[in-house]
Amino acid sequence: MTNATILIVDDEMGFVETMAKRLQKRNMTVYKAYDGDAALSQLEEHKDVQVVILDMKMPGKDGLAVLQDIKEAHPLVEVIMLTGHATVPTAVEGMQHGAFDYLMKPCSFDNLNEKILEAVALKNEHETEAVEERVGNIAGRMG
Amino acid sequence: MHPDQKATYDKLSRNIALTVITVSIAPLILVGGLIFDQMRSIYREKVYSHLAEVVDKHKDTVDSFLQEKLNEVHYLGRAYSYEQLTDPVFLQETLRGIQQQFGRIFVDIGVIDENGRQIAYAGPYALLGADYSAAEWYRQSRNQEAVISDVILGLRQSPHFFITINNDTGGKKWTLRVTIDFLAFSHLVENIRIGETGSAYILNNQGVFQTKPLESYEHLTLSPVSSIPLPELSDVSIGIASGSDGEDYLEVASPLNNGNWRLVYLQRVSDAFSAMTRAETVTLLIFLVGGIAIVVTAIVISRQLVVRFKIIDRESELMSKQMVETGKLAAIGELAAGIAHEINNPVAIMIEEAGWVADIMEDEGKGLASSSEIDRALQQVATQGRRCKDITHKLLSFARQTDSRVTNVVLPALIREVVDISMQPARYGQVDFDLTLEEAMPPVRASVTELHQVFLNLVNNAIQAMETEGGGTLSISCRENNGVAEVVVADDGPGIPAANLNRVFDPFFTTKPVGKGSGLGLSICFGIIHQMGGEIDVESGVGQGTRFNIRLPYPAPVEQANAKELHHD
Repeated sequence: MTNATILIVDDEMGFVETMAKRLQKRNMTVYKAYDGDAALSQLEEHKDVQVVILDMKMPGKDGLAVLQDIKEAHPLVEVIMLTGHATVPTAVEGMQHGAFDYLMKPCSFDNLNEKILEAVALKNEHETEAVEERVGNIAGRMG
Repeated sequence: MHPDQKATYDKLSRNIALTVITVSIAPLILVGGLIFDQMRSIYREKVYSHLAEVVDKHKDTVDSFLQEKLNEVHYLGRAYSYEQLTDPVFLQETLRGIQQQFGRIFVDIGVIDENGRQIAYAGPYALLGADYSAAEWYRQSRNQEAVISDVILGLRQSPHFFITINNDTGGKKWTLRVTIDFLAFSHLVENIRIGETGSAYILNNQGVFQTKPLESYEHLTLSPVSSIPLPELSDVSIGIASGSDGEDYLEVASPLNNGNWRLVYLQRVSDAFSAMTRAETVTLLIFLVGGIAIVVTAIVISRQLVVRFKIIDRESELMSKQMVETGKLAAIGELAAGIAHEINNPVAIMIEEAGWVADIMEDEGKGLASSSEIDRALQQVATQGRRCKDITHKLLSFARQTDSRVTNVVLPALIREVVDISMQPARYGQVDFDLTLEEAMPPVRASVTELHQVFLNLVNNAIQAMETEGGGTLSISCRENNGVAEVVVADDGPGIPAANLNRVFDPFFTTKPVGKGSGLGLSICFGIIHQMGGEIDVESGVGQGTRFNIRLPYPAPVEQANAKELHHD
């Protein structure tokens, strides 16, 4: 069992590669995507992804649009946004659309690591709730 | 100022002045001229008709006087016979009688026979037996029934005239002659005196004076210039004549004594119209003074207007210069933001790569001889990467677009941010910061960008002031006091002279050399603080440093609670 299953989405390949290696080294499963569409198809493919690290500024579909798509298709997946300073308002908007948190680029790795673990914890909590609800529903039907 | 610009302003001033003068004076002249002209002609007519009336009336008086005398003499001739009249005693009685009856107008009575000899005489002169056969008057009167003679000196060598009646008693012709007192007659005319130069006299057909004229008129010769038609009083004529003394005269004449004489009234034109001339002079004076007042006012007003224009132009020029400056700054800001943003990515990758190497070293590099050296290098890469990050973040906060959105602003944090940005110039100016910040103070509602601008302006001003003295301490404090946020920015620089102290917030006031300062910094601060409902004031004196006090209000409690809630969301 890995610590977390993560999808990193950023158009900066160097950043994605290194980040992936470092996270894998910390016993995480990491998937990579270099644009929004790839991210969505990766999510379809790997249902076990818990946290998406999503860059806001990408060519093609921008981070905010991708975030909305993710939240629609996979509401339980937590998203951490990576943003430049100039796109803080976007980040705020992202938070309003259900992102877990945002990090200012360049971010400290330790900080990111912490945020990921928090997000995973939150996701697990949500999943447990969802399961309990489902169990409750089933119990209700049976009772 | 540019000479072209000066010429433009001068032209503008001239045009305004000319327009105002034309518009105000033209109707004045038109209306004034019209009234003037009307007044003149009405007054002239009045003078003419008045004079004509006076002359006409006097002519009637003189005519009736003569007629009366003639009638009286006629009566004598008819009432008494030749024999009676040639009786000296009777004649004397008769003279006394008529003198008693009509006054001493009748001087003497004489009877002249057909040969021109005075055969009877009663009067003060010794004229009995005088021979008039050669006298002009006698010859002329021969063929007429009654004659009023011209005034002559005659034998008695004093002016007189007489009324002669030719009678015929039984084929024998004789003439009754009565002399009229010249002075009494003259008096009838002489009392027509109007103004200083107006007087009347009587002329005969040959132009010989029949009454004593004013001394100055005795040798005056007149050449008529024009005559003025008078519809009524058709036997009175008025003419203007230029006299031999160079003056213009008004000559009013009317025939007298069946056309043998003329009653002439003469007056200098200048005298006749003196009242009008006076009125005209006063009016002209008023016009002149009014005109000068209008011209002066127009010039002064146009100058003042143009001075206002100049000031407005200069202000707008500075304003637009400031706009350009602001635009330039914004462009630089955007560029900086773009660069900072682009640099962030490679720096991020570099930091991550260093981190990755560090990760690897942790696992596999323990045995390497230079592992500690590699660790140190990686540490250095990470540190310098963080520095790059700090720099780009500072650049980004400088470039943040002007944003007047009101948010909750934590003053201590904002002040620290400003101090961070100003650290570099402060170091060069050897300025130390002394911050006393009350961290727990509640946030104020304000635009971050605007407050940035305020504190940056104050801090930069203070640093620039202290720089000139080789450094100093810039103290900034903030605290909450009775529901107001108080910020004090104080330096120990050279201070502001009292003369400038109450002008520092004026727009465009600057002590910096031309082109160095816009003079807008403090006025912008003032504007921003006041827009927020706050206050800013300054305490300073030469050598005492400068202290800016800012007080910002907190919103009403309910509002603040809502705001906090919103912020929390």
